[in-house]
Amino acid sequence: MDTIIESSSVGLIKPGVIEPIKVEVQNTISRDDRTTVGEAFVDDPRMTLRNVNVFYGAEQAIMDVSLDIGKRQVVAMIGPSGCGKSTFLRCINRMNDTIDGCRVTGDIKLDGEDIYHPDLDVVSLRSRIGMVFQKPNPFPKSIYDNVAYGPRIHGIATNKTDMDEIVVTSLTKAGLWNEVKDRLDQPGTGLSGGQQQRLCIARAIAVNPEIVLMDEPCSALDPIATAKIEELIDELREQYTIAIVTHSMQQAARVSQRTAYFHLGDLIEIGDTDQIFTNPRHPLTEDYITGRFG
Amino acid sequence: MNNQIQNNGVERLTSMEKVQAGLAQRYAKERRFRRLGLAAVMTGLLFIALLLGSIVSNGYSAFWQTEVQLEVQLEQADIDPEVSRDPEVLSVADYGGLVKRSLRNTFPEVKGRRDKRKLYEMVSSGAAFQLQDMVMANPDLIGSTVKLWVPADDDIDMLVKGHIDRSKPESERRVKDQQLEWLDELTSQGRIRSAFNTIFFTAGDSREPELAGIWGAAVGSMFTLLVTLCLSFPIGVAAAVYLEEFAPVNRWTDLIEVNINNLAAVPSIVFGLLGLAVFINFFGLPRSAPVVGGLVLTLMTLPTIIIASRAALKSVPPSIREAALGLGASRMQMVFHHVLPLAMPGMLTGTIIGMAQALGESAPLLMIGMVAFIVDIPGSITDPSTVMPVQIYLWADSPERAFVERTSAAIMLLLGFLVSMNALAVILRKKFERRW
Ligand SMILES: Nc1ncnc2c1ncn2[C@@H]1O[C@H](COP(=O)(O)OP(=O)(O)OP(=O)(O)O)[C@@H](O)[C@H]1O
Ligand SMILES: [Mg+2]
Repeated sequence: MDTIIESSSVGLIKPGVIEPIKVEVQNTISRDDRTTVGEAFVDDPRMTLRNVNVFYGAEQAIMDVSLDIGKRQVVAMIGPSGCGKSTFLRCINRMNDTIDGCRVTGDIKLDGEDIYHPDLDVVSLRSRIGMVFQKPNPFPKSIYDNVAYGPRIHGIATNKTDMDEIVVTSLTKAGLWNEVKDRLDQPGTGLSGGQQQRLCIARAIAVNPEIVLMDEPCSALDPIATAKIEELIDELREQYTIAIVTHSMQQAARVSQRTAYFHLGDLIEIGDTDQIFTNPRHPLTEDYITGRFG
Repeated sequence: MNNQIQNNGVERLTSMEKVQAGLAQRYAKERRFRRLGLAAVMTGLLFIALLLGSIVSNGYSAFWQTEVQLEVQLEQADIDPEVSRDPEVLSVADYGGLVKRSLRNTFPEVKGRRDKRKLYEMVSSGAAFQLQDMVMANPDLIGSTVKLWVPADDDIDMLVKGHIDRSKPESERRVKDQQLEWLDELTSQGRIRSAFNTIFFTAGDSREPELAGIWGAAVGSMFTLLVTLCLSFPIGVAAAVYLEEFAPVNRWTDLIEVNINNLAAVPSIVFGLLGLAVFINFFGLPRSAPVVGGLVLTLMTLPTIIIASRAALKSVPPSIREAALGLGASRMQMVFHHVLPLAMPGMLTGTIIGMAQALGESAPLLMIGMVAFIVDIPGSITDPSTVMPVQIYLWADSPERAFVERTSAAIMLLLGFLVSMNALAVILRKKFERRW
């Protein structure tokens, strides 16, 4: 009874047909135990995050979180609202620097290089780590300029033809091209909420980032557009590393290889997605994915 | 069970009724408030109408000037006896004498020095200069007899415009009986007319109301405002952008912020004293010059512009900044590509408000000598000049009746300037807002 019984069926479960098998699981971890359960570290990681703490003024939003993000894989972050997923994601490209009173401690490395080192150039870091924000935030400029802005400031496209190509491919990948191809000169802010979200995705991938951070990229999308984005994520995974925050367990199961469950600022459990959804080891994780949370 | 449902039904009914009863009261409150607002707006409009009405009714007559037709014999011997056509010779000829002779010829019966002086006073002293300009421009006129319209003296002008009462006894009015007779005689000959007062729009100040114009002060105002705009807009915007986007939040920036807010409340005359002490006495800049006026007004308008610009910057949603930074834009690029264009309409509004304030300001300019009596139209920002509000102040202080209408006319022009500046602000704002 003192040992954790692992489910043997982890690898057999196919994405989309995951049913947590609760009967077999005998949890012995107390609900109050906040030490991370599972395999936080991987071989040959792209990013290593160690003992990360984030404070908003005196409030601590992230408590001593350590994990790795592997190469060519998607890490999903799930957890109840307000648990610190966005905050944690924003540490990775130092967007928290822009918030007054926000303080990050710990050790975050990209390819072994400390990204919080004083000599590190934040601008080049953010061009390598793209981000899609939780709230769609298109620039009040034309659709074309929204997508072209990143490549333009980084000098990625040198002439109009290159730029046009980047804009078209980015919008196509984000599944927006067909809807906007006749109105590229119209304001991006005039699109619907879901279209704006896809525009922001197109804008982020237009600069060819090595790592893409997505904060609930599909929260305002219909199933068809969601499928498009998930396809895009699958495609991006072949070259890039992706961290995605989502409230949809199905989505996490479909697109990610590893899943991290956050609870009130703590990283409760992390492991292979299949394992997390079929055989959660921590009772809080189990509560959350079976819908018993709250 | 049944009872309970009924109870619920009853309760629902009463709460609906409560809402209904309250609704009427709420609507009544809203109506009252709306009427109150309307009344406030009406009162405001009424006062504006009163103000404009009194200014326009006092001032519109200044746009017309009574003129007298003179018939002047341009004798060769009087003007250019040696037929040199040398401008130097032409310019020193006694044109005043020619005008006087023309008047004497019109009324040959006038004898005696005092009567003649009264006769000469019928036309403006500017007539001689007008004649001079005419001859200098076209020397071929010498030897002929020309007919020209010259401005009447301000007293005659006031009489024709009805501001001097003919029926009063002679001792109580500035136009004497004899002059009335001459005027009537000229009128019957068709040699008195009322023409558009171009002098008012093209001349500088003068001791003679009929020769005084607002143009000198208007040009002075333009130069002053130009200096103010060129300094205060870039400095104000740069300060606001630095404080809002780049400066760390610490005790020093707090102190600066408090001081800027305080500066906005400093009486403008203090800035004038500062300008006198620093710009004129210490740096030795010229007195009465638009450049000093502009510097002083810059000090005065800077806080307004900085505060308005910071408010405009604050109102740019933070998500836009995040989006730019997240794409790898530097802070500078974020500010110049995204934040500034969005804040520009607000900044422009603040700047125009500051400029309008500066245009109407007179107290600090009195301190730096822009209150001097200046006849020449300033040609650069270092020439002595005055500005429109100071000109209004000077004219309002003058005893001549004719300056009263000129004061009002100058106020109309000043208001016109203000209205066009505000219109410009609206146009600029529209133009920038079209870029979303
Ligand atoms: N700018 C901020 N200033 C102060 N506190 C903040 C700020 N942003 C987030 N927080 C706090 O940090 C905690 C974590 O917030 P975070 O946005 O990371 O949650 P989340 O997991 O992304 O939630 P959701 O799923 O609703 O997006 C919350 O308690 C929140 O109140
Ligand atoms: Mg979030």
